[in-house]
Amino acid sequence: MIRVLTVVSVIGWFVLSEVGAAYPEPYRPTDDRQVLQRLSFKASDPVARELDTLRTDLRRNPRNLESAVKLATRYIEQGRSEGDPRFLGQAQAVLSPWWNEPTPPPAALLLRATIRQSAHEFNEALADLDNVLAVQPTNAQAWLTKASILQVQARYDDARRACQRLARLAASHVLLGCLGDIAGVTGQSAKGLASLRAVLSDPGLSGRGRIWIATILAETAARTGAIREAEQYFTEAFKVGVTDHYLLGAYADFLLDQRRYQDVIFLLQSETRADGLLLRLARAEQALKLATFQNHTADLAARFYAGRDRGTATHVREEARFTLTLQHDAQRALPLAQANWKVQREPADARILLESALAAKNQPAAQPVLDWMKAHRVEDVHLHQLARQFQETRF
Amino acid sequence: MRILFVIVWLLLTVPAWAHKPSDSYLSLSVQNSHVEGQWDIALRDLADAIGLDSDGNGQLTWGEVRNKHGEIRVYALSRLVLSADQQACTTRVLEQLIDHHTDGAYSVLRFQANCGEPIERLTVDYRLLFDLDAQHKGLLRLTRGGHTSTAIFSRESTARQFSIAEQSRWEEANQFIREGIWHIWLGFDHVLFLLVLLLPAVLVRAEGRWHAADHFSSACWNVVSIVTAFTVAHSLTLSLAALDIVRLPSRFVESTIAASVVLAGIGNVYPMMMMSRRWMVAFGFGLMHGFGFAAVLTDLGLQHDSLLLSLVSFNVGVELGQLALVAAFLPIAYLLRRSWSYPKLVLTGGSLAVIAIALIWFTERAFDLQIVSN
Repeated sequence: MIRVLTVVSVIGWFVLSEVGAAYPEPYRPTDDRQVLQRLSFKASDPVARELDTLRTDLRRNPRNLESAVKLATRYIEQGRSEGDPRFLGQAQAVLSPWWNEPTPPPAALLLRATIRQSAHEFNEALADLDNVLAVQPTNAQAWLTKASILQVQARYDDARRACQRLARLAASHVLLGCLGDIAGVTGQSAKGLASLRAVLSDPGLSGRGRIWIATILAETAARTGAIREAEQYFTEAFKVGVTDHYLLGAYADFLLDQRRYQDVIFLLQSETRADGLLLRLARAEQALKLATFQNHTADLAARFYAGRDRGTATHVREEARFTLTLQHDAQRALPLAQANWKVQREPADARILLESALAAKNQPAAQPVLDWMKAHRVEDVHLHQLARQFQETRF
Repeated sequence: MRILFVIVWLLLTVPAWAHKPSDSYLSLSVQNSHVEGQWDIALRDLADAIGLDSDGNGQLTWGEVRNKHGEIRVYALSRLVLSADQQACTTRVLEQLIDHHTDGAYSVLRFQANCGEPIERLTVDYRLLFDLDAQHKGLLRLTRGGHTSTAIFSRESTARQFSIAEQSRWEEANQFIREGIWHIWLGFDHVLFLLVLLLPAVLVRAEGRWHAADHFSSACWNVVSIVTAFTVAHSLTLSLAALDIVRLPSRFVESTIAASVVLAGIGNVYPMMMMSRRWMVAFGFGLMHGFGFAAVLTDLGLQHDSLLLSLVSFNVGVELGQLALVAAFLPIAYLLRRSWSYPKLVLTGGSLAVIAIALIWFTERAFDLQIVSN
């Protein structure tokens, strides 16, 4: 026994000392060819050239609103497709001549609303959008962005009204997507699915528009328990052939719910840069007991820690999920999930709060979500299963 | 076209997921009239600001970074102004290294800022990248005299002022006192040496046997003489070593300290050897323990202007820690001295155990071996 303990402690010591040695210390590389950092693009990439041209235009005339809006828009799109918040900061810097003005021009306001939305400053973003709409009541983008923020805040009636304003301003699939997404959560999934199926059957719908509609269909179907149908819509979305972080995350969640861990790893193994995707990858690795799980968990913990260091918190939903499912720390996950619920109220936010409350054996903490489910007749098999567990368990 | 534009943005409700936005990490350590600094700036940010990818292949190599060291230095220094009492300090980059944070590789600039006069009020004016990335933040860690404060620079708050002079002397002394206390408590070799010497203090040796001391005063006198001898000796050598007058190789010092514990233990098991001269043993080996303390003090980082203050405070800490130990030991030992177990179990048994431990230390230190993993 003692010998075993000694062997274990010696091995443990060696392992620990190895870990210690791996901690970063500033160093001077010895090889000039050593690659230190991969950048978003090569100099010859069309995106890089386009950004370069726009930047040169703006440098010549920094207060030209049109050039600034073009460049900021391009940055935001780039941030969206790479999932990289740096581009949002760059967009904001481009807009800085108008950012702090009492009444910025509508084009700058709309971009400011989008950047604020990404930083989860939803009320400030809504105020900006209302100011845009006061001047330009037919601005479709403003109505759509407003609807999506209201939906995240669970203000479904207001969101529906915002969607309806799109009727004569944009193509029909924009209106139907906007309404269908809300219908799918609020007890009208059959109606939502029917209208969106028709939209998707239109061969004219392509690109990101098609991904958007197919993803709404897939998530709505998955929430109603129609697994096979959901799988079909996800396949439709991937067929478009454009990388979309939201789609990857939604499909990974779907696969995790089906315990198809190997498929998650196949889907996400090269997506370690985005916290949200790395989180799902690590969950699958944990279930399969893979060695990479340890590294990925440590990496995620360091990223959340670094995020807190700078004093901003936009990944609270992810952090709550990380703390509960990967670290099994319900006591710490619950306050995170509660803080997140104050800001965002989507089915995923409801789910992490119910799961944390259940694991922490704290029924009152779950009450706001149970009320929300009842008030809006929320359709979601996982949420209803969790709610039943609360009724069956006595704390 | 307009409709496509509308769609592209809808899914922006997803937070930008990839790691965190741009941050730089600035550490400043204030030392009298100059500031030692380290500044970690993301290579991706530097690439955006001054262009590092010379061959345009989308990958930054060490060669490309190294070739731009001049430009990196000029760019960074133009965006950080340190000033002491309204007077700008002159900053000089000492070396440029590489480090990896959670979101990629960083260029590490080590620098020194000279402010001429002793710094009483340090102003840090930080303007890195705000013109390019409005969400960039600078995370500052400022240390002075063992006291650390942090601050976050953002586009809305680019300058911060820190007062250095007030309190810092007292804080520094405080810090060294605390270090001294901790060192004597955690450095088991010193504690054991002292305890082994003190164990027989409550006893009297007569006719080849141990007897309990009759009076508290005689036990107390024994303790005081041993502790004083030890204190005088180690204070002496601690000062000599800290002031760099005498220097001994650390392996020799550490081995001798371990040997002193062994010998002190043997002295208890075979009391004939050093009966009434225990205070001399305490003094002789105390000299060596002083060199051991000095090594710790040097590791804590001594500054020239406050050398004496640190030295005295550290020594005060050591004595306070020692006094606390003695205060805990003496009453217990005095109460237990009449029980049969004290001479046999505590004195002889305890000394034998200490000899065993100290022998392991001695072998490890003298022959540079690792016997017990620690």
